[in-house]
Amino acid sequence: MNVMLSWLSDAFLLVGGFLCITGGIGLLRMPDFFSRVHAAGVTETLAAPLLLFGLLLQMEWSLDMVKVLLILVFVLATNPTATHAMAKATLHGGTRPWVKGKNEGKAGEASSNP
Amino acid sequence: MMTVAIVAILVTMVLALIRTFLGPTEYDRMLAANSFGTKTVLLVALGGHALSWHSFLDVALLYAMVNFVGTIAVMRFFEYNNPQDETDKPESAA
Repeated sequence: MNVMLSWLSDAFLLVGGFLCITGGIGLLRMPDFFSRVHAAGVTETLAAPLLLFGLLLQMEWSLDMVKVLLILVFVLATNPTATHAMAKATLHGGTRPWVKGKNEGKAGEASSNP
Repeated sequence: MMTVAIVAILVTMVLALIRTFLGPTEYDRMLAANSFGTKTVLLVALGGHALSWHSFLDVALLYAMVNFVGTIAVMRFFEYNNPQDETDKPESAA
C-alpha cells in the first residue's frame, strides 16, 4: 500500500512538473497575449492540482493535509478568475486577438482599429 | 521525484521571468507575474515539505491570496486606463 502510494505520488509529481514546463514554454513562445493566456491558464489549472496531490500523498496524517486541500481549492478557484480578469482587461484596453493573415507581423502589439 | 518537480517549477519560474522582462504590453507582464506567483506557491509548498520546514503551508496559502488580490487590483487599474488606445473614450471619437 505504501509503495503504491509512493508510485502514485511520483507519477503525479512527474506529470505536474511536465505540465508546468509546458505552460512556461507556451508563455514564452506563443504569438500574442490571448494565446499566452490560454497556455498559462490551461496548464496551470491542471499542473497545480497534480503537484499538490503528489505532495498530499507523501504527507502523514495531520492538519497540514487540510491546509494543502485548502490551497488546492483556493488555487482552483482563483486561477481561472484571474485569467478571465486579465483577458477581459486586455480586451477592454483595446488589444484584439491575433488572427493569422489579418495583422501578421504585429503579434502582441495593441492594434487600435480591429 | 520531488526534486524533479521542484526543478521543473524553477525552470518554469525562469521562463515566466523572461516573459515578464520581454513582454511587449503590460498585460503580458502581468500575466507572467501572476504565473510566477502561482509557481511560487507551488514551490513553497513542495520545497517546504522537502526541507521539512515548519508552517510552510501557511506561507503558501497567504501567498496565494496576496497573489490573487494583487493581480485583480492591477488588472482593474489597467482595464479602462490604457494610454495606448483611445477608442473606448467618447471624446476622442470625433
